[in-house]
Amino acid sequence: MNFDIPLFPESASSLASQVDNIYFFALGVSVVFSVLIAGTIFFFASRYKRRRVDEMGTPEQTNMMLELTWSVIPLLIMLFMFAWGTKVYLESYRVPRDADQYYVVGKRWMWKFQHPEGNREINTFHVPKGRPIELIITSEDVIHSLFIPAFRMKRDAVPGRYNTAWFEATKTGTYDIFCAEYCGTEHSLMVGKVIVMEPYEYDDWLQGNKPEQSLASSGAELFEAKACHTCHRLDSNARAPILANIAGKPRLLQNGKTVDATDTYLRESIMNPKAKIVAGYQPIMPTFQGQLTEEQLLELISYIKNLGADQAQTPADPAAEG
Amino acid sequence: MTPLVSTGKRIPDYLNAAYGLKSWLFTTDHKRIALLYMASVTMFFFLGGLMAVLIRLELVTPQGDLVEPDVYNRLFTMHGIIMVFFFLIPAIPATLGNFLIPIMIGAKDLAFPRINLGSWYVYNAGGLFTMYSILNGGVDTGWTFYTPFSTTFSNTYVLATGLGIFITGFSSIMTGLNFLVTIHRMRAPGLTWFRLPLFVWAHYATSIIMLLGTPVLAITVLLVALERSFHIGVFDPAYGGDPILFQHLFWFYSHPAVYIMVLPAMGVISELITCFARKRVFGYRFIAYSSVAIAVLGFLVWGHHMFTTGQSIYASTIFSVLSMLVAVPSAIKVFNWTATLYRGSISWDTPMLYALGFIGLFTIGGLTGVMLATLGIDIHVHDTYFVVAHFHYIMVGGTIMGYLGGIHFWWPKITGRMYPAFWSKFAAITIFIGFNLTFFPQFILGYMGMPRRYHAYPDEWQVLNVMSSAGASILGVGYLIPMIYLAWSMRYGPRAEANPWGAVGLEWEIQSPPTAHNFETEPVVDKEAYAYTAEQGYVPPTKEAEFV
Repeated sequence: MNFDIPLFPESASSLASQVDNIYFFALGVSVVFSVLIAGTIFFFASRYKRRRVDEMGTPEQTNMMLELTWSVIPLLIMLFMFAWGTKVYLESYRVPRDADQYYVVGKRWMWKFQHPEGNREINTFHVPKGRPIELIITSEDVIHSLFIPAFRMKRDAVPGRYNTAWFEATKTGTYDIFCAEYCGTEHSLMVGKVIVMEPYEYDDWLQGNKPEQSLASSGAELFEAKACHTCHRLDSNARAPILANIAGKPRLLQNGKTVDATDTYLRESIMNPKAKIVAGYQPIMPTFQGQLTEEQLLELISYIKNLGADQAQTPADPAAEG
Repeated sequence: MTPLVSTGKRIPDYLNAAYGLKSWLFTTDHKRIALLYMASVTMFFFLGGLMAVLIRLELVTPQGDLVEPDVYNRLFTMHGIIMVFFFLIPAIPATLGNFLIPIMIGAKDLAFPRINLGSWYVYNAGGLFTMYSILNGGVDTGWTFYTPFSTTFSNTYVLATGLGIFITGFSSIMTGLNFLVTIHRMRAPGLTWFRLPLFVWAHYATSIIMLLGTPVLAITVLLVALERSFHIGVFDPAYGGDPILFQHLFWFYSHPAVYIMVLPAMGVISELITCFARKRVFGYRFIAYSSVAIAVLGFLVWGHHMFTTGQSIYASTIFSVLSMLVAVPSAIKVFNWTATLYRGSISWDTPMLYALGFIGLFTIGGLTGVMLATLGIDIHVHDTYFVVAHFHYIMVGGTIMGYLGGIHFWWPKITGRMYPAFWSKFAAITIFIGFNLTFFPQFILGYMGMPRRYHAYPDEWQVLNVMSSAGASILGVGYLIPMIYLAWSMRYGPRAEANPWGAVGLEWEIQSPPTAHNFETEPVVDKEAYAYTAEQGYVPPTKEAEFV
């Protein structure tokens, strides 16, 4: 048994120190108020301790100024904490433009990570230091929550939708990954390690574990294998929309509404195509519910997002890529 | 008003008005029903406590080596379900509230005595379903029943337990309805709203939540049952449902439910502080209105349980600021109680020790609640032991301290007996120390990153977990001591006078224990609550309360 009492977790991301700063501020406020209240109570209880059995208290008139003072001061302090906390929160959601996209799938009871280059890992996650990393998180079964204390980062993995989070590691080392949302028998064993490496080491690691193809090119093969390309062509929108350059863009639907083509939208359009029909098309696409794993879905989405993004390759020629 | 105790011949008290098991099981006397409830909630408290003992024993070592993971998951689930639905929610309203509200407002009983008795049967019927599922192996979903785990993946007794909670919810609705009608319609002549004891105000606010919130829980549990049995596709994404919708519905009730637990305790504290400072409460109207403010605002903050689910960041922002607003009325109460002590005549009797302990622990619970409402902090500490520590400071440090303080305050009134001064103070201090040793280390563990509901954990967290488990054993002893001396006092305790503490309030103007109809003549109220001044006719006692 280790008898050191740990008091504070390691800080290894750009967000960590910001979370810690509000925490210390809030802790300071809490200590001041707790000591003040406890001290006052103890002082009054001793100073005005009953001396004779028939002693009576001295009545006080309610003091409006006092009531307002002790309502407004805590309110102002809290509004300050609210503003500060919200700023950090929004930052934790605002993914930098140059972030690389990694996919995370939670499954009872393991974490699966997919690098953009196609590397796959389970319960171990190699990442480069100093580069912003976007995580697109989902689950195959129940709700999980990806929690990396050293990064002060937590995001739920919800089946049927993609949540995004991001971090930029600032310190090389090995840090804990936990599942923070209770998920059944081996919830407390759904843990892993994130390994932060210098960027050049990371690139070496990627090379050394080079997979056969990138995520997007696996998606391209799948796109053909599932015969998506027979309707979703790059040169004709006769039967179905051209998918190049749609990711993240607003889509006008048949019912007149507009939705952004987020990852969750793309997923829904594959699994439940009739949910949102793009204006000008017939609801003729079949569902792929039960025919694709979460990983395959991610490959397809990665492929669609890459379409027209950095190359104008034809889907009929996936080998030209990577 | 003339004391009603000494007039005429002695009428048998409510305990001796009738005899035999039937006279208890078919009683419509709110005081007897309060005792029936007290027996039931005490049993559930010790059952839930037993599970806490096993949980803390498991966590003494980092490896999950005492019980199987599936057993551990059932233990914390059943601990949560029993403590929340079968102890904390009914604890104060159904026992002390039931006993005292009619007396405090000068009524002979609640508005609907049969509904009151019915609610106890309904509560126990729900309890039976829960006991049935425990005996068959229990439930492993966590007390929060998150979907799709509860609807699709758990192969434990979700339906039986859900049905138990569904049924018990109706007892809560019945109690809330009864209190609201009683407080509106049955106040004694002269007892205006602003002459009501703050205990009654707190229960009024609580009843609003019971009446408006509990049906939502019933609907939610029903939907879980339908989803689980027939896959109707409300929550399960595989059938086009939304698992996050469940969380919205669940917390729409279960966050306000926290105020069902803590508001009555706050009501108790207002009574204790005034009696043992022998002084009118400071800022009466502020405390009264703050109860209502907490009840109303409490319905608008549920989304703070969902900051990491991926709910809209704008929704999160609104929920964050509203959650902080709830802290203002809570702070108002704490400051007003503290101010009440100023220039009081403060006795350190046992109930007062609980009241002072409550303020300290509730303050820590409240401040850490503000930390959790701060979005930037919550993304790190959500679903960790920080949250576990926070809500135990509110529920155990708040509700249970309030409940025990109230029991010790009104025990002479309820049973007509006194309890040992030394042992009761010893137990109060033991509970305070044990509580802090149990739950304070959990704040540190939480910020370190220890997730809740973990059967096994990394080695470096062992010392803090051992401290927590050691504290829990002290806390457990602290809870057992009152069980012993209170049971003892029912038979051997010295007889209590009508008003052993020198307290103001209608309940202290009638005999201990009260007669079946509380008042032999209808009382007329001509003064404010907590009239502890000579001008208002207060006469302090001339001798100490007689303990053992």
